[in-house]
Amino acid sequence: MLHLALFLIFGAVCVAGAVNLLAQRHPINSALSLVVVMGSLAGEYLLLGAEFVAAVQVIVYAGAIMVLFVFVIMLLNAGEEERTRGIRIAVLFGIPGLLVGSVLIAWVLIAHSGTQPVSVGALPGPPREIAMLLFHDFLLPFEVTSVLVLIAIMGAVVLASRPEAVEHTKKEG
Amino acid sequence: MLSVETFIIVSVIKTVIAIFVLLTAVAYSVWLERKVIGHIQNRWGPTRVGPFGLLQPLADGIKFLFKEDLTPPHVYKPLYIAAPMLAVALALTSIAVIPIGNWITIGGIQTPLQITDVNIGLLIILGVTSLGVYGVALAGWSSNSKYSLLGGLRASAQMVSYEVSLGLSLIGVLIMSGTLSLRGIVDAQGGTFLGFIPRWNIFQGQIVAFFIYLMSAYAETNRVPFDLPEAETELVAGYHTEYSAMKFAMFFMAEYVNMITVACLATLLFLGGWHGPIFGPSVLQAILPVFWFVLKVFVFLFIYIWVRGTLPRFRYDQLMAFGWKFLLPLAIANLVITALIVALKS
Repeated sequence: MLHLALFLIFGAVCVAGAVNLLAQRHPINSALSLVVVMGSLAGEYLLLGAEFVAAVQVIVYAGAIMVLFVFVIMLLNAGEEERTRGIRIAVLFGIPGLLVGSVLIAWVLIAHSGTQPVSVGALPGPPREIAMLLFHDFLLPFEVTSVLVLIAIMGAVVLASRPEAVEHTKKEG
Repeated sequence: MLSVETFIIVSVIKTVIAIFVLLTAVAYSVWLERKVIGHIQNRWGPTRVGPFGLLQPLADGIKFLFKEDLTPPHVYKPLYIAAPMLAVALALTSIAVIPIGNWITIGGIQTPLQITDVNIGLLIILGVTSLGVYGVALAGWSSNSKYSLLGGLRASAQMVSYEVSLGLSLIGVLIMSGTLSLRGIVDAQGGTFLGFIPRWNIFQGQIVAFFIYLMSAYAETNRVPFDLPEAETELVAGYHTEYSAMKFAMFFMAEYVNMITVACLATLLFLGGWHGPIFGPSVLQAILPVFWFVLKVFVFLFIYIWVRGTLPRFRYDQLMAFGWKFLLPLAIANLVITALIVALKS
């Protein structure tokens, strides 16, 4: 009972945050709405018994990535965005896309309507079990992913560093 | 197990007591800071209100409540009002998972001296502190003033940077105790080696981690020598320049609550929590663990104040270079060495 109530509350907050994200005109309000979405998703993970994922969701997404978003918005002092009346391509592809998406979701829901709801403790949730999965069963994919992330970081550094700055350090060094 | 009704009643009582004690501690750590800094600088500090100025926090509180609450016309109002609330609410949240002693039994009800014991307690504290950046950053941005904005930007960059070494310094402790529950971490530090050295993590080779934690914690709470976000010689008061009365007091409270949280965390993770010599009659035996815990937190807070009275402020580029080029590699090295030793031992 309490479980269902909490699920509905977090779900409603999550959807409201997502709608607000699109409706707001100022980037910082949108960014903060996204923080609300992340936070309520963490609540939903907690209800599934995935406490580690919930904590990581808050620390990584709400606490680190979104702080950087807000930081950049503050630094650039981005103003309010302008509204257009809507472009034809959005109508042309958006409405069919929306229809296909809703049909797919409905189809998946109907096809799996007999499945039992997830109960707390049924799936790996505590840090120890997640660690066993990550560092034992799926070690290779995990390490490959980390190399991928490393490559992305190095790429970002190379793209962001201006050539004149590199030459400057070469002369000095 | 308790029934649902008793559980709720016990939790509410514990929450009220915890918040009351925490806020009183905040008020008196402000008093302590003014007193100690005063004596370091050869002054008296507050002396007029009550004996030794002990009623000064009360007087300050009343003053904050009755002062005019100015809202400058150029601010972005929704976030300007929300920012101090966010700061203080997030700061107060962490106390929920901090244990201050063993289990106690009152009137047949057994309860831990902690609002709630969760198995990811440490992660919750890290999550809440990582959200704490928003209070400061949004205050700086929504005030719409150059000093506030610079203060907010500095604070968020600094807190995000030092969070990395802070987190890495804690992982060594986690490897040694094998749990994320704060109560479990303290329980793993019970007992002594050689009969007299306590098995606190700081004496088990985590001394480097302790100092990394200490330094990152100062940066996380925006305290001297890392108080760049509110450097008064250049930024007036940094992110809270445009705030007055109770809204300013909320930032002030949030800063001190964060200091206390950081001190509690250091006590739990490195200094053995409530472990200490236990002796005497049973009443004393029940009180002593809490006394040891409070004493350790007090010592940590005293060092905070001592450092503030001693060290000058860093320059901003020094702060960033120190965090990324010295503290972070050191924290990673400490983590690797701890992991190797633990792996070789097992």
